[in-house]
Amino acid sequence: MLILITYDVSTIDSEGRRRLSKVAKKCVDHGQRVQNSVFECILDATQFRRLRFELEELIDKDTDSLRFYNLGDNYKSKVQHVGAKDSYDMGDPLIL
Amino acid sequence: MKKLLNTLFVTLPDTYLALDGENIVVKQEEEILARYPLHNLEAVCTFSYAGVSPALMGACASRNVSLTFMTRTGRFLARVIGEDRGNVVLRKEQYRISDNEERSARVARNMITGKLYNNKWILERATRDYALRVDVERLKKVANSLGETMKLLREVEQLDILRGLEGSAAVQYNSVFDDLILQQKESFYFYGRSRRPPLDKVNALLSFAYTLLANDMKSALESVGLDAYVGFLHRDRPGRASLALDMMEELRGVYADRFVLSLINKKVVNDKGFYIKENLAVIMDDDTRKKVLKAWQDRKQDKIMHPYLNEKIPWGLVPYTQALLLARYIRGDLDEYPPFLWK
Repeated sequence: MLILITYDVSTIDSEGRRRLSKVAKKCVDHGQRVQNSVFECILDATQFRRLRFELEELIDKDTDSLRFYNLGDNYKSKVQHVGAKDSYDMGDPLIL
Repeated sequence: MKKLLNTLFVTLPDTYLALDGENIVVKQEEEILARYPLHNLEAVCTFSYAGVSPALMGACASRNVSLTFMTRTGRFLARVIGEDRGNVVLRKEQYRISDNEERSARVARNMITGKLYNNKWILERATRDYALRVDVERLKKVANSLGETMKLLREVEQLDILRGLEGSAAVQYNSVFDDLILQQKESFYFYGRSRRPPLDKVNALLSFAYTLLANDMKSALESVGLDAYVGFLHRDRPGRASLALDMMEELRGVYADRFVLSLINKKVVNDKGFYIKENLAVIMDDDTRKKVLKAWQDRKQDKIMHPYLNEKIPWGLVPYTQALLLARYIRGDLDEYPPFLWK
């Protein structure tokens, strides 16, 4: 299924900036960065729960936030893109 | 059922593949062309010559992503295989069967039966779907004789006899293969199988499709813990994945041949996409190879009903399910190996 992950991490202090880069790194590992703090990840249920747990461990719940949108298996019709920044579809043939 | 994951094909000549965190990164010079999470991939197949970083090789091996190197023309070069794990008890039993002619023949017999059954169906379908465009009588005659050979196969317990029957059936099937080419007949024709090198366009396409299928089969066998190099019908030879070749027999027709036919009949490939080398080898150009790979990946997504499991699965998982069934047979959970019988 396609999970859309967005986050806001407070970067007022250096501790926050460190959290931000850790959260970003974790998301890069699991999916495609479609905008600055927006990631599209193709995950199965287990992978999703694990990723969600790991991300929750990273953030400070008093100042930061995470949002997960589950777009299911038939996500192709649910996403439209306008403007710059090309993205790929993980379900299509990947030929370079 | 296992999920069919994507395969990454890298056909650009000068790219370098590296690992970054959990991502595979494709670089050209210093520029990053693409970045994909490894957990979305099942296989990586590279036709480039710049190479792959050792870190990525390790990551692929430990995460069960098959990593294959090919030459620019699509010939197989090498595969990365990690530490040997999996079920040693299963593998030893596989070796015992392989060492025993009678037990080998019992498995190989079913595989060949599957092949003939599927090829017979290909011909019969053609007579039904294109009754006005093919020589129905000719195809029917060959289909019937394949049916006769299948009856003879039932009791065979010697591998030599099995190979003989398989060979004569293959000659018959090949003799009408050209009839199944319905479009672009002036540039695509089949007089006989030629390989190393393929001498015409159809043979070039067939060779390429068989290589792709063999790779899928090898990874499938390894993922269920079998040794792809120890076969039953094909005997041991260093560097030859005999079991993968055995397992391919029943799929060659329905998986690879039909794929090649549809490329030609649907005009996905055309006359201009090939060139001839000095040694008369017919080679696809880069553009055609990309089209073929794309069609191959699309075909894998198509769903079929698996006749034995009675479950709807993508075509791309058929090598895996057959490997699974073979492992079950070797383990003693099934009385016979059930080949893939296409309907």
